[in-house]
Amino acid sequence: MSSSDLVMYEEEFRKIDEELQKLHQQTNAMVVFLVDKNGQLIASAGETRDIDTTSLASLTAGNIAATGGIARLLGEKEFTILFHEGEKDNIHISLIGQRVILVVIFDKRSSLGLVRLRVKKASEALVTIFNDIASKSEQEKTEGKLDESPFAEISDEDIDNLFR
Amino acid sequence: MSFINYSSREINCKIVYYGPGLCGKTTNLQYVFKKTNPDQKGKLISLATETERTLFFDFLPLALGDIKGFKIRFHLYTVPGQVFYAASRKLILKGVDGVVFVADSQIERMEANIESLDDLRINLNDQGYDLDKLPYTVQYNKRDLPNVAPVENMNKLLNPGNVPFFEGVAVTGPGVFETLKNIAKQVLTELKKHY
Repeated sequence: MSSSDLVMYEEEFRKIDEELQKLHQQTNAMVVFLVDKNGQLIASAGETRDIDTTSLASLTAGNIAATGGIARLLGEKEFTILFHEGEKDNIHISLIGQRVILVVIFDKRSSLGLVRLRVKKASEALVTIFNDIASKSEQEKTEGKLDESPFAEISDEDIDNLFR
Repeated sequence: MSFINYSSREINCKIVYYGPGLCGKTTNLQYVFKKTNPDQKGKLISLATETERTLFFDFLPLALGDIKGFKIRFHLYTVPGQVFYAASRKLILKGVDGVVFVADSQIERMEANIESLDDLRINLNDQGYDLDKLPYTVQYNKRDLPNVAPVENMNKLLNPGNVPFFEGVAVTGPGVFETLKNIAKQVLTELKKHY
């Protein structure tokens, strides 16, 4: 298993959630998402009920991965910002700290300039939080004690039960 | 790379179906999609060409149930099988937790199987993984066709490490869930070792 497994704890999750709520408000966006580079949704803010968030997360990550592939072909390290303009809605996608993807969906009540500005601010805060998560998870791993690990007492029977 | 979220009490894992073009990777996902309860699955996303060849990937999120209060979710992906989509194929392997190699059992496709398996090893290495250390299952698909190679021969050629293997007919279902169940179990067992 890769050492880069992402483990999210309550405390950091709350901080991330706060940042997203703030960004959502400040940009006047419809929805704000945070997705990890492998396509797993981490958190969201705004009205997500009508959106298939799981698919959106996976496709966004695919989008970033493909763009990253193009970047390397051209000798660039990464293109960190993607912007798609639609008739009504627009989507701003940015890569944060090489690790997570921040997605902002907005319409004419906001503007690209505002989104870019606020995303930049939020990115800095999010990078710090994710650095904390990485070091915390590394530390707990070496000390070998994850609080209430869901795997501590998992049995073969538990796994079999999933498929009944 | 699995994602363990203590806040929403979820565990997300990524499984990739790999194999040569037209071996039945997408068909595996379509069958799983068809036979799963609506409350357990999300949409099946297919980024395919007009002729239904996978262009980038197929994606199916599955919720399997709970273990110790944690929701277990698997994200199933396929890669585009055709040789010239090599660059996209490599991208899908990022963050993989388990691999299913779907082999085409028809004798004339043996070379394509071998080539695809080599390609899998190389692409995994590029991403820093070793196939021999990953949860890994093999499926010999299309067993209903007349011109298939004997499983023994396929094992010798494609499965020297003797990992779990299943005979499948993805179109009608045999072997599909057996394969999925096996890889899911391996992934969870592997996670258990680390946490």
